[in-house]
Amino acid sequence: MNPNGPRPHIFIAWVENKPGVLNRVASLFRRRNYNIHSLNVGTTQDPRVSRMTIVVDIEDEKAHLIEANLYKLVNVLDVQDVTDRPAVVRELALIKVKAPPGQRTEIINLAAVYRANIVDVSPETVTVEITGAPEKVDSLIDLLRPAGLVEVVRTGHVAMTRGMAAGHRHLPGANGHRPTV
Amino acid sequence: MKMSGARLLWEALIREGVEVVFGYPGGAIMPVYDAMLDYPVKHVLTRHEQAAGHAADGYARALRHRRKVGVAMATSGPGATNLTTAIATARMDSSPVVFITGQVSASLLGSDAFQETDITGITLPITKHNYLVTRAEDIPRVVREAFHIARTGRPGPVVIDLCKNAQIEEAEWSWPERVDLPGYHPPEKADPQDLERAARLIAEAERPVILAGQGVLMSGAMEELRQLAEKLQAPVAMTLLGLGVLPASHPLSLGMMGMHGEYYTNMAIQHADLLIALGMRFDDRVTGKLETYAPHAKVIHVEIDPAEIHKNVRADVALLGDLKAVLQDLIPLVEPKQPEDWWDQIESWKADTRRRDILYRNQPGPLRAAQAIHDLWKATAGQEVIIATGVGQHQMWTAQYYKLEQPYRLITSGGLGTMGFGLPAGIGAWFAHPEKEVWVIEGDGGFQMTQAELATAVQEGANVKVVIVNNNYLGMVRQWQELFYEKRYSAVLMHNPDFVQLAKAYGIPAMRVTERGQIPQAVAFAREHPGPVVLEFVVEQEEHVFPMVPSGVSLHEMIRRPAGEVVSR
Repeated sequence: MNPNGPRPHIFIAWVENKPGVLNRVASLFRRRNYNIHSLNVGTTQDPRVSRMTIVVDIEDEKAHLIEANLYKLVNVLDVQDVTDRPAVVRELALIKVKAPPGQRTEIINLAAVYRANIVDVSPETVTVEITGAPEKVDSLIDLLRPAGLVEVVRTGHVAMTRGMAAGHRHLPGANGHRPTV
Repeated sequence: MKMSGARLLWEALIREGVEVVFGYPGGAIMPVYDAMLDYPVKHVLTRHEQAAGHAADGYARALRHRRKVGVAMATSGPGATNLTTAIATARMDSSPVVFITGQVSASLLGSDAFQETDITGITLPITKHNYLVTRAEDIPRVVREAFHIARTGRPGPVVIDLCKNAQIEEAEWSWPERVDLPGYHPPEKADPQDLERAARLIAEAERPVILAGQGVLMSGAMEELRQLAEKLQAPVAMTLLGLGVLPASHPLSLGMMGMHGEYYTNMAIQHADLLIALGMRFDDRVTGKLETYAPHAKVIHVEIDPAEIHKNVRADVALLGDLKAVLQDLIPLVEPKQPEDWWDQIESWKADTRRRDILYRNQPGPLRAAQAIHDLWKATAGQEVIIATGVGQHQMWTAQYYKLEQPYRLITSGGLGTMGFGLPAGIGAWFAHPEKEVWVIEGDGGFQMTQAELATAVQEGANVKVVIVNNNYLGMVRQWQELFYEKRYSAVLMHNPDFVQLAKAYGIPAMRVTERGQIPQAVAFAREHPGPVVLEFVVEQEEHVFPMVPSGVSLHEMIRRPAGEVVSR
């Protein structure tokens, strides 16, 4: 692999919980021609603040530009590139596979190995719920593929750095921060 | 006290120091226009919303030293979409303008109501920030934030889209004591360790060049720039928008850099071992081919916008902050320099440039635009003059030959390259400085894009002297077609109206200039008539702007002016 080539970078952005903010972030990626791998938005412990986990395929040397451009948005409170930092990265997927009576046991056993749950069973299908590192989700999907995937949905990455150093450094009203360059 | 949203808007605008608004009324903004009659604000009715936007931009640029924000106003739908070119122009050139648009009532949003357009959606990528206001009570806070965002940090345009119900409904006046924008913190002062590192790079440099951009103007750091340059005896090259930050006659000035920069300027950059970039963003028109740009140089990049660092050119040291504050901290850390060998080299490049300059050559035939602009400069130099231009050949000749001695005197569309910018921006600049004379220099193509604004100039008695550099071509496109498309001219020939007759239809005194000797007389004619005057300079049709770095070519591989016999003037 080209060491200077694009690779997935994981950004955490803390944003004001206001209408249109997701649009501003998405528009930025579109305008600067950055390719979003996944984007996840959710609430935090602070009702004024939402948190995004954004995965983008980008060269290392351009990652800072994403951070700086995100931070430039008025509604973005803070941004961190956690790609090379110790972090817990998780994804949830629902995988609906063809499971005629003869194949069902094998699928259920496979799910057990992955500590995945069976959340729905119909005469023709089984739906598996898995939570884990994205590579683990990839791997289960690959194993289930021969059985016949009916539907797959993935949440995209959510990430949190390990230990106390993690997290949002600047709650609303805090002093300025600027991306490192 | 309770009042309508429209009144809240004007109260807030007055509170922000707004004196002049450029605009065009319409259905969705009528409550605001009605309330305006009760407030001490000058409204300038342009003939097109785009022009209102450019005028507000020109006004703001002419008052940069006072951190004044321009205001343009339009109705919803087509009024708002007509503003977009002006908004994008302001965005690219970091101009502080607040654009206020009417919008359909909040209850109708999204219903494709009459003259409804999603202008906050449309302008998202071309504004610094924007607001959709659906409630009257939000108006004072939004105005306060919008002006703060527009004028601080790296300035830029902000759109406020006001729903009609928010203009009509009543709310309590309340002015926020402070702006509460938790995600907005422009950097102020550079990190001391970074300053030390920058000082070390400067100490090691033998061939430094300072690249001065518009950030110097915006920060008001002209004095600090001069001190740094003189202490280091470093040559100063300027971007198009940075022209005027150091007087053109200053011995350290190298004039404009980049695509149409002088030979010695670009050669100095290509041979430099240190670039000190001040408030500029290494635009492609400045760098030429990036891979071969300033190959020997370390780079110190002083910027207020972190997103500009490493964007085009990798910085060895980045100093984030307000330029004036950063330079005040940096200057005491650097030792004086005397790079004599470096100056010998630059002087030899200069001498080689001089013998090719059209000014020193006796060319018979029609009026040459470069010589005409030089003569215009001679006739107006040293006076209280502001120059506003369009985009194209005349703009580059103005940058090359109108020698600016003072800052804040050139108003031109750099980043977006908006043809037709000159006349409306010039009108806006005149409102910023009604005591001064504004010279608009436009091409025949660009002039016709916004020529309706002659009526605005007449209506307002604006002291705007319009020079139309007429070569009957879209000159810059024609130049590219000649040089890079085997002279296959495609859609560049212009069948123009009689500009003198056109001006007269507006009641504007006008004169046609066909020979160089007429220029002083034409300038005198323009000055005899207060208010707008039109001068048409009929110039050589197939002239090139040289030097020229073709697109995607290294900065030192420019097409130069032909060498010729030097004739003394």
